[in-house]
Amino acid sequence: MNAREEVLRRVRAARPAPAAGVVPRDYRTADDDDGHDDRLATDGNGRDDRLAMLVDRLLDYRAGVHRCTAGTLAATVAGLLGSRVVVPAGVPEGWLSAYQGMVVRDGEPALVEVAELDEPGLTVLTGCAAAIAQTGTLVLDAGPTQGRRLLTLVPDHHVCVVHAGQVTYGVPAGLARLGDPTRPLTLISGPSATSDIELNRVEGVHGPRRLDVVLVSAPAA
Amino acid sequence: MTAQESTATRHGAVATSRGNVVALEPFPVAARRELADAQLRANLHRATHTIRDKRARVVAEVPDWEALRAAGAAIKDDVLARLPELLEQFEAAATQAGARVHWARDAGEACQVVTDLVRATGAREVVKVKSMATQEVGLNEALEAAGITPVETDLAELIVQLAGDTPSHILVPAIHYNRRQIRDLFLRRMPGLDAAGLTDDPAALAEAARRHLRRRFLSARVAVSGANFAVAETGTLVVVESEGNGRMCLTLPETLISVVGIEKLLPTFRDLEVFLQLLPRSSTGERMNPYTSLWTGVTPGDGPQDVHVVLVDNGRTDTLADEVGRQALRCIRCSACLNVCPVYERVGGHAYGSVYPGPIGAILSPQLSGGGANRTLPYASTLCGACFDACPVRINIPEVLVHLRHSTVAAKTGPSAERTAMRALAWVMRDRRRYAAALRAARRGVAPLRLAAGRRGTLRRLPWPLSAWTASRDAPLPAKETFREWWQRERA
Repeated sequence: MNAREEVLRRVRAARPAPAAGVVPRDYRTADDDDGHDDRLATDGNGRDDRLAMLVDRLLDYRAGVHRCTAGTLAATVAGLLGSRVVVPAGVPEGWLSAYQGMVVRDGEPALVEVAELDEPGLTVLTGCAAAIAQTGTLVLDAGPTQGRRLLTLVPDHHVCVVHAGQVTYGVPAGLARLGDPTRPLTLISGPSATSDIELNRVEGVHGPRRLDVVLVSAPAA
Repeated sequence: MTAQESTATRHGAVATSRGNVVALEPFPVAARRELADAQLRANLHRATHTIRDKRARVVAEVPDWEALRAAGAAIKDDVLARLPELLEQFEAAATQAGARVHWARDAGEACQVVTDLVRATGAREVVKVKSMATQEVGLNEALEAAGITPVETDLAELIVQLAGDTPSHILVPAIHYNRRQIRDLFLRRMPGLDAAGLTDDPAALAEAARRHLRRRFLSARVAVSGANFAVAETGTLVVVESEGNGRMCLTLPETLISVVGIEKLLPTFRDLEVFLQLLPRSSTGERMNPYTSLWTGVTPGDGPQDVHVVLVDNGRTDTLADEVGRQALRCIRCSACLNVCPVYERVGGHAYGSVYPGPIGAILSPQLSGGGANRTLPYASTLCGACFDACPVRINIPEVLVHLRHSTVAAKTGPSAERTAMRALAWVMRDRRRYAAALRAARRGVAPLRLAAGRRGTLRRLPWPLSAWTASRDAPLPAKETFREWWQRERA
């Protein structure tokens, strides 16, 4: 009997009788804001509550947070970038319209080499697929504005643009936003960090040591 | 030789066909030695108290925490009940997505499969993501024996590897080191470090580790990982980490080999919405860990193009067969139970011998393997129940501890002093009058000892054979008045 058959035989012999009933899902799945954090100043508008919470969480992780509107997005982005930026092919031209430095688009024409991404002073600029307020998490799914996984890993500085409409309150709604969970996914909550020395969190190990989030508010109704 | 250097030879995990889950020496012997290390106890006290406070804060801010725990436990129980179907479903989905799925009956077979896969690539070095499964099966030892160098890339695993030590905690393997000890170790083992320039500031130490590993990440051809979760529906694997060393290993090399225990399955992608809330808050005490990576087979043009998954049994099916003990297979390796355990806090992880220390180790190791001194591990507990309260998947650890102790006692044959004493006590306690009379007699008997016992009402040493009890405990004297007597006097 090969290993596969043997393991499956053992599992069939040992398993318990199937449990009656279904898994209770009494935890919060609705993505309203009733669980909002009372410590945060809010104006009672649900959307603003969750944006304030996202900002609070990101600052707690020592990420930079920069709020702007669609009109001031390009200027805000330009203010964060150094002399060179690498972007996935699908990042809109408009995000970089105020930027004077050198722009490298991945795959246009050639894919950027790892060694080039590792050079000092390089920033990567991406969008995201969703953001989760309660945990301060950016969800990347390798979509057109996010690109290959190594683009947001090797450079030392990551700037991520988040639109207000992409922000969910909790984890369930954030994951439910993903159209295809079999794409390569990366959940990012703050800059690279370790708690391995006396269990104190220290930012900056192998991933980008600086994370800046540009949060674009919806235009006023 | 420093205390840390000597630990590699001191404690007792040993590679067998079941891997590093077998304690060589009885827990009381190992515990006594570890307790003598004052520096170790100071480091552990500080670290466990830091993290349990952090955990308590971030758990308190989640209003639906208990509902998440209940869902987590139910999902895992469902997995155990449907494991054969889910394993086959995972295999089909992962294969469909371009991964190759391998199976291993035990630790030795898992090591053989991985070694053969690495050999086929021609690589002499592999970068490793921190993984309990690969520690359990003793993969590093097996790779080294085959002439392949495994490079641990998690900071704490790197510390342990550079020290020639073994991990002492599931989440923070180097929890027994303080910053000064880590600085000294780095200066000895990382070539080119500037002694004058390196402080013991954790940020400076993390920077030193970054430089040490950077070139290896960028040139590695093969990576080995574990997985926190494996989704049957989609064939997806999930790695939860902090530093980015995991992302480096999962993204840059051409070949990725993941060693996964068969109980790591989740039925659906949606189930991650529960576990990605439970795990970070329970383990590091953070709302979310910095990085979580999910991959499904091969994605052309992004990440490793040669992807393998090794599904490992290694005693899990034996555990599954035990009606009470199988709940240990719900474990998601968060280590919250270690951090709240009064025993772990004092003896540290090495005393348990196995790679799984603390309360979960005391129930998991003896079920994965009955070998060595593993039967002593269920006694490494006060049964206080703090571990059950902290467990994000509601494993009733005290219940399993008592169950395993019972199995050990039931397996013993012939007369024993303990059994005789317990039988006598049971006879006395079965009848109210007999019990009251026995208490009165005991009180009269110990009356001369009251002075020796002092105000605490306990005796520190008793003569043989009762000295066996007082060797590590105080013996309380019977109360001067029982509750029934008090009630009679006050209320009758």
